[in-house]
Amino acid sequence: MELAFIIEKFALVTVIFLISLGVAAYSTLAERKIAAFLQGRVGPHRAGPHGMFQPLADGGKMFFKEEIIPSESNPILFIMGPSLALLTACIGSAVIPWGQSMVIGDTVVDLQVADINVGILYIFGVVSLGVYGIMIGGWASNNKFSLMGAIRAASQNISYEIAMGLSIIALLMVTGTLSLKEIAEQQHGFWHNGWFTWNVFNQPLGFLLFIICAFAECNRTPFDLPESENELVAGYHTEYSGFKLGAFLFAEYINMFVSSAVMATLYWGGYNYPGMDLVNEALGSTWAPLVGVAVLFAKIFLFIFFFMWIRWTIPRFRYDQLMHLGWKVLIPIGIANIVLTGVWMTLKDILF
Amino acid sequence: MESLSNRKKVLEQKPMTFMERLYLPSIFKGLAITFRHMFKKKETVYYPEQQRPISENWRGLHSLKRDEQGRERCTACGLCALACPAEAITMTAAERQKGEEHLYREEKYAAVYEINMLRCIFCGLCEEACPKEAIYLDGPILSADYMRKDFIFGKDKLVEEPLKS
Repeated sequence: MELAFIIEKFALVTVIFLISLGVAAYSTLAERKIAAFLQGRVGPHRAGPHGMFQPLADGGKMFFKEEIIPSESNPILFIMGPSLALLTACIGSAVIPWGQSMVIGDTVVDLQVADINVGILYIFGVVSLGVYGIMIGGWASNNKFSLMGAIRAASQNISYEIAMGLSIIALLMVTGTLSLKEIAEQQHGFWHNGWFTWNVFNQPLGFLLFIICAFAECNRTPFDLPESENELVAGYHTEYSGFKLGAFLFAEYINMFVSSAVMATLYWGGYNYPGMDLVNEALGSTWAPLVGVAVLFAKIFLFIFFFMWIRWTIPRFRYDQLMHLGWKVLIPIGIANIVLTGVWMTLKDILF
Repeated sequence: MESLSNRKKVLEQKPMTFMERLYLPSIFKGLAITFRHMFKKKETVYYPEQQRPISENWRGLHSLKRDEQGRERCTACGLCALACPAEAITMTAAERQKGEEHLYREEKYAAVYEINMLRCIFCGLCEEACPKEAIYLDGPILSADYMRKDFIFGKDKLVEEPLKS
């Protein structure tokens, strides 16, 4: 492995890491702003113009708060919980293709940290690791509410991972590859051979399943039962304070960012946009990929907005309704979607 | 048994139709409603800079009034302290000396006049009890502070500004 390669990847990792932290920080502001707008208020607006420095103020507050570790808890696991939650949230972004390959001089820079051929499986692995942070944190707190929240989180994530996997299988039947880079490349442009290239137009039902499961995996409303404050105080982070609480909350926002990126890449064409061939010719292969990156980020922000919009619109499910939806509705629909996709693909082969 | 008012309505719970059981149409309806709210007028009042008009019979902090010549009206009769249900008002009376006629209207005045704002319930009974129209609850809202002693307002905070000559 040559040095230039290591430097290139290192720079890319650093940039992606910083961007995802920045997006997560400003998601907290966006959440409060959007909540305010939807409720006819203006939201935080004192710290800087339009409250632009509110995330910094919140972060500073989190740092200076007292870090309480309950005496009856297991201190190692108690610290490991939020760390693991934050870690697993951050590493998910490694396989997402952020743009087309950039040509700088005569070197080709992939705007993707790792192009592994099992990209989707990697994402799934990381997502299912994510629940360990919550589970360990909630269990180590030695508090009944925390434990209840952690158990809820674990069972909810496991239930919805199945439906999510089923919705992905139908997508994989269409794309024929697990590599996120190839999936993004297949969705090149917007219109090809008389049909949209973006997967959402091939898999609308699969996308619906996937977005519902993504809400459940991120523990967002209407699936935020692990931290439902009117039943479980604060669920798995009842005992947490200071920066460890901040890490839990931050992990949720990074998860939101990563799952928005995954949704945009898998279903909404990733960095592709209508008329990208013209832009590619006009700008050359150094600058055109950056337009694609901007487009991908626009899609991600739309999804993050959608997450928040849903949060301030729909009330929380009851736990039995959650399980009913996961096991009796989403999983059968997921299987039906696979069958439908297979039938359609076979028919298409025979007829056309 | 028939109800007396005859307004009782028996509601029948119909089983939900398929579209209702999908929930998605109603979710989108809800999303549309909240989205429309984003562009509505904001109800927020930017409080310290912008204050809502207060009612005419609003009762805020007390002020001890002066007469048209700028003399303190209070004669330390103690009726306000007597009327006060929270026992927030205390005062010490003193006799007006020669040469102080421009300061105090009556021959007796309040040398010390203290209201404990933590006890005060802003009922306005002192205002009603005062025969000299010396105390009115026409000030602003009580602001927060750190020490209990800072909530005992003396004459320095209560008496109106002297008239500009």
